[in-house]
Amino acid sequence: MAPPPDAVAPAPAPVTGADPLIPRVARIRTRRRETGDVFTIDIEPDGPGGGVFAAGQFNMLTAFGVGEVPISLSGDPGDPSRLIHTIRDVGAVTAALGRLKKGGLIGLRGPFGRGWPMEAAAGRDVVLVAGGVALAPLRPALYRLLAERERYGNVTLLYGARSPDDILYRRELEKLRRRFDVDIEVTVDHAGSAWHGHVGVVTTLIPRAAIEPSNTVAFICGPEVMTRFTIMALREAGVADDAIHIAMERNMKCAAGFCGRCQFGGDFVCRDGPVFPYARVRPILHLKEI
Amino acid sequence: MEIENLDRIVREHPFFAGLDEAFVRLVCGCASNVRFEPGQYLCREGGSTDRFFLIRHGRVALQYAAPGRGEMTFQTVGEGEIVGVSWLIPPYHWTHDAKATSQVRAIAMDARCLRDKCEADHHLGYELMKRFVPVLVARLQATRLQILDVYGTPA
Repeated sequence: MAPPPDAVAPAPAPVTGADPLIPRVARIRTRRRETGDVFTIDIEPDGPGGGVFAAGQFNMLTAFGVGEVPISLSGDPGDPSRLIHTIRDVGAVTAALGRLKKGGLIGLRGPFGRGWPMEAAAGRDVVLVAGGVALAPLRPALYRLLAERERYGNVTLLYGARSPDDILYRRELEKLRRRFDVDIEVTVDHAGSAWHGHVGVVTTLIPRAAIEPSNTVAFICGPEVMTRFTIMALREAGVADDAIHIAMERNMKCAAGFCGRCQFGGDFVCRDGPVFPYARVRPILHLKEI
Repeated sequence: MEIENLDRIVREHPFFAGLDEAFVRLVCGCASNVRFEPGQYLCREGGSTDRFFLIRHGRVALQYAAPGRGEMTFQTVGEGEIVGVSWLIPPYHWTHDAKATSQVRAIAMDARCLRDKCEADHHLGYELMKRFVPVLVARLQATRLQILDVYGTPA
C-alpha cells in the first residue's frame, strides 16, 4: 500500500553527490558520555551542506578496521554545522567508536532514509513516545517542533528508561520541562527511594497524558516490543492508525536499498524507512517471520 | 451534603465511570474521603487489606523493601487510578507497601463492606470485576515488559 501524500518525510539525497556506498572520512569534534553504556559524538560535517539532514534520518558510521553501523542522527536539523550521533555500546563496532577520542577519524555515509513526517504533523498535537536510547532518533523531531512551535498544537514527550541512571539527555529534559509549551513525562522501570517520578513502562503514561485523539499525531521510537504495546495504548486512547508513525529497526548494510538485508515486506527499512506510517506496516508488523 | 459530595466524587472517578446509579449508592456506603501527606503510607506489606483506594489527586509509589537495598519502587499510581487489588482475594493481605510521594487525596473503600455487598448482589460484584480485571491485565502486561527489560536489551 502506498503511503498517503506527505505522510513521510522526503529522503534527501546523500550530500556528496558521489557514490553513496563510499564513505567519506570525518573527524570527531567532541565526545561525551551520556550514561553507563551510551555516548554521543559530534562529527565535523565535510564542507558546506554536509550537515543537512531530516529528523529521523541516519548515517552509516565506520570504525576503520572493525566495521560499519547505522546510527540515527540525534542533533538539531536546524544546525547543519553539527552532526551528532548518540550511540550505545552493544558490539564490536560501537565499542570501537566509543574508544575514539576528540580528533579521531571515522568513515561517514549518509544521511539515509525517510524521517518523521514533520510537515504532515503541522497544525496537530504531536505525541512523541520513546524508550531507552531510542530517544536519540526522536530528539531531532523534538527540536523541530520546538523551533517552529507556533506551527503545532500541544507537544508531548513520553519517555521510558530502565532506571534513573539510564535517562538519556537528562539535563536537557529537565531544562525542557521548565518550558510552558511542552509536556514531558519520564518514567523508569525500576527505581530506588531517591526517585520521585513515575515508575512503570512507558505505555502507562499514555492513559495519563492529555491526548485529544482526533487531532493527534504520534511518533514512536523504541524496541519493537515496546512499539507494539505503545500502538495498542494509543489505539485504546482513540488515536487513528494513520496518525501513528513508527521507527523500525532492522539490520542495515548498504543503507541505499541495494542489498536487501533490511527488507521488511515490500520495503527496505534503510530506503523506505526507518520511519513508517503504522497503517503501512500494520499487516506485517506482528509477523515474526518478516 | 457530605454524602452527596462523596456520591459525586465516586461517580466522577474514572474507575466507576458508567456505573449504574443504584450501584453508586451502594458503593458510596463503603466509601470515605482520605488524605495522605508525602511520605505517609497508605498500606504496608503483610497488613490486612481492609481498604483499597481510588486516587483522586497525587502520586503513590508501590514498593518493596529489602535489607540493604531500601525501598524499591516497581510502579507509581496517580490520579484516576487505584491502589489495592488484594482485597479481592483471600487471605486479604497487602503484598506491597504503598507510600504517598506527594500529597494524596483519595477515596478509601471499606473492603469488607464492599465484599459483603458483592456477595449479596452479584450484579454489583460483576460490575466491579469488569472494572478490576482490565486494571489487573494492564498491570500484568506492564510487568511483562518490565521483566523483558526491553530498553536494556538491544533490539
